Amino acid sequence: MSKYNFDYLDELEAEAIHILREVAGQFEKPALLFSGGKDSITLVRLAEKAFRPGKFPFPLVHIDTGHNFEETIDYRDRMVARLGERLIVGSVQQSIDEGKVVEQKGKNASRNALQTVTLLDTIEKHQFDACIGGARRDEEKARAKERIFSVRDEFGQWDPKRQRPELWNVYNGKIHKGENVRVFPISNWTELDVWNYIRRENIELPSIYFAHDRDVITRNGQLMAASPYVNMDEDDVVERKKVRFRTVGDISCTAAIESDAFLIDDIISEISQSKISERGARMDDKVSEAAMEDRKKGGYF
Amino acid sequence: MNILKFFTAGSVDDGKSTLIGRLLYDTNSILADQLEAIQNANRKNDDGTVDLAILTDGLRAEREQGITIDVAYKYFQTDKRKFIIADTPGHIQYTRNMVTGASTANLAIILVDARNGVVEQTIRHSYLVSLLGIKHVVVAVNKMDMVDYSETVFEAITQKYKALAEELKLQDVTYIPVSALKGDNIVYQSERMTWYNGESLLYFLEQVDTDIQEQSDKARMPVQWVIRPQTDELHDYRGYAGRVVSGTFKVNDQITVLPSGASSTISKIEFFDKELVEASAGQSVTIHLASDVDISRGDTIVNSSALPQESKLVEADLCWMDTKALDTSITYLLQHNSKVTKCKIAEVVYKVDINTLEKHAADEFKLNDIGRVVLKTADNLPFDFYNESKANGSAILIDSRTNLTVGATMFRALAD
Repeated sequence: MSKYNFDYLDELEAEAIHILREVAGQFEKPALLFSGGKDSITLVRLAEKAFRPGKFPFPLVHIDTGHNFEETIDYRDRMVARLGERLIVGSVQQSIDEGKVVEQKGKNASRNALQTVTLLDTIEKHQFDACIGGARRDEEKARAKERIFSVRDEFGQWDPKRQRPELWNVYNGKIHKGENVRVFPISNWTELDVWNYIRRENIELPSIYFAHDRDVITRNGQLMAASPYVNMDEDDVVERKKVRFRTVGDISCTAAIESDAFLIDDIISEISQSKISERGARMDDKVSEAAMEDRKKGGYF
Repeated sequence: MNILKFFTAGSVDDGKSTLIGRLLYDTNSILADQLEAIQNANRKNDDGTVDLAILTDGLRAEREQGITIDVAYKYFQTDKRKFIIADTPGHIQYTRNMVTGASTANLAIILVDARNGVVEQTIRHSYLVSLLGIKHVVVAVNKMDMVDYSETVFEAITQKYKALAEELKLQDVTYIPVSALKGDNIVYQSERMTWYNGESLLYFLEQVDTDIQEQSDKARMPVQWVIRPQTDELHDYRGYAGRVVSGTFKVNDQITVLPSGASSTISKIEFFDKELVEASAGQSVTIHLASDVDISRGDTIVNSSALPQESKLVEADLCWMDTKALDTSITYLLQHNSKVTKCKIAEVVYKVDINTLEKHAADEFKLNDIGRVVLKTADNLPFDFYNESKANGSAILIDSRTNLTVGATMFRALAD
């Protein structure tokens, strides 16, 4: 019987490393989906722990909406340089230019939904058979049901009624040609776990996660960054506020919260006391009760 | 702080989802926007209060039908512990989903409706708990508000269940009278059942011991990946990456690699930028050996002084999980940790009627059937029995025509 006393973060970390190594062992052409957000940054650290001093057995893949926070792209490029790993960028702008998708119109237009097409095209172009993502089950109720190895058909679709049983710590990555598997190593982590891990590991994050002064507008009760990528009209009042972002996605669908949290410790205590869930700041989930389920069925992350 | 993983067995009618909803609600684990979403939902309790059960229904079809189809994982924490709940469906047609949720749990909550007592479903759920070797069981006698919080009712159910627990050899069973709907003995001690001297459910979950995941102290590590940087400065670097599934490896230990049987000594144990003197069950590490041995993914490193069973024939319990029935004429794939080998079902020894626990001979094995079989594998399997080691005593079966996971097996005995 083991005397070694595992802290919960050690346990979550060991589980995630095990999953990443299963991906390396079971697939021919895996990829790690990197958004520049804290969850995918955590995945990168876990990959270092799983494979160093060797190279990662997969490239990093960024699905770039073109509507980014500058700070995120800057962070991404510095990180890739430090790691010495390969970065592949799938561009939503290119999908638009090629006429594969059409930009949404109107006040609440966002490129979030368009990402799915670019993602699926990138998967097909590079023949990826497994895509590692940073989704967590505590984020949203459809995600709470998804397996760690989640099989997608040729069209990237998730079929929640036909999920494979997933037993013990045995992951079945067998697929037919054309299918791929989305793999979620931090499925069992909560938002707070991710922050506690980032603090423990002393991981650098893009600055937009911390309180800063920014021009914002209020849209449907949410604070949105005033940027050229958000369609504004005369009704929108631009105000300067001290804010930070809790999740990092497309600039047009990620809301900020008013915050004074400059340090990780401040953020952890802010989240511990928060009464709003992380995805409460995502306009994309507000559409309907089954918004995430429907997007996943369509091939979304 | 550590993590307790538990699963709940019971049907919607028993108030399973309400119980989970109540645990989350009374521990302030439901955030304002989520609460707003359930308040806006059309489904309400008869008395107009919010239906906490909605919190655990994730899929559109589940909300429409008011049932749980697949496992949903829920997370909450208190000052004492982190909890992962596998909310599993109770209906017999979703037995495979319950087995999925139960496979990683170290505690099971079995819900019994106080009005109905121990029923067929209770037997089925309890059987699965014993089959999967879940150490702790809480029998939550729910809907006590519907039986006037009667001690006599609770005692009668407790006595009846004790006989079942004995038959199934369940080791550690705790009985708690609760009302998930009204909140009695879930998080707070009930004032309406002063005759009950035990703890509330949450208090119990916070205290129960989680230390011993694996009974076995025999060191085993399936190799998942070989780290070979092949750079100039790390030219000879060769690390075997994997997760220790039981026991402890120490530097200088004599080890054997299976199935080849080659032996060596551990020269170094690494974890990222640290060198460790030992690595124990649960840790993901990289092991280095003193001599050159041919090792690849699928091999298992074991302590030479405690070798596992090695056989191509093993008697196992099988839970069938595919809509296509078991076919003894075809070859399946068996995945045991990182090892995949071909496998046939050489014999069906018996099938269990999971509602009555009777064993009987069977020609066919269909979705959700459970019983004893003899597995015949192409390669020697280095395994332990499931009651000693869940990780090294279990495997899944894959149908190579569909790639689906079609069976869960637990190794029980050597077969001749």
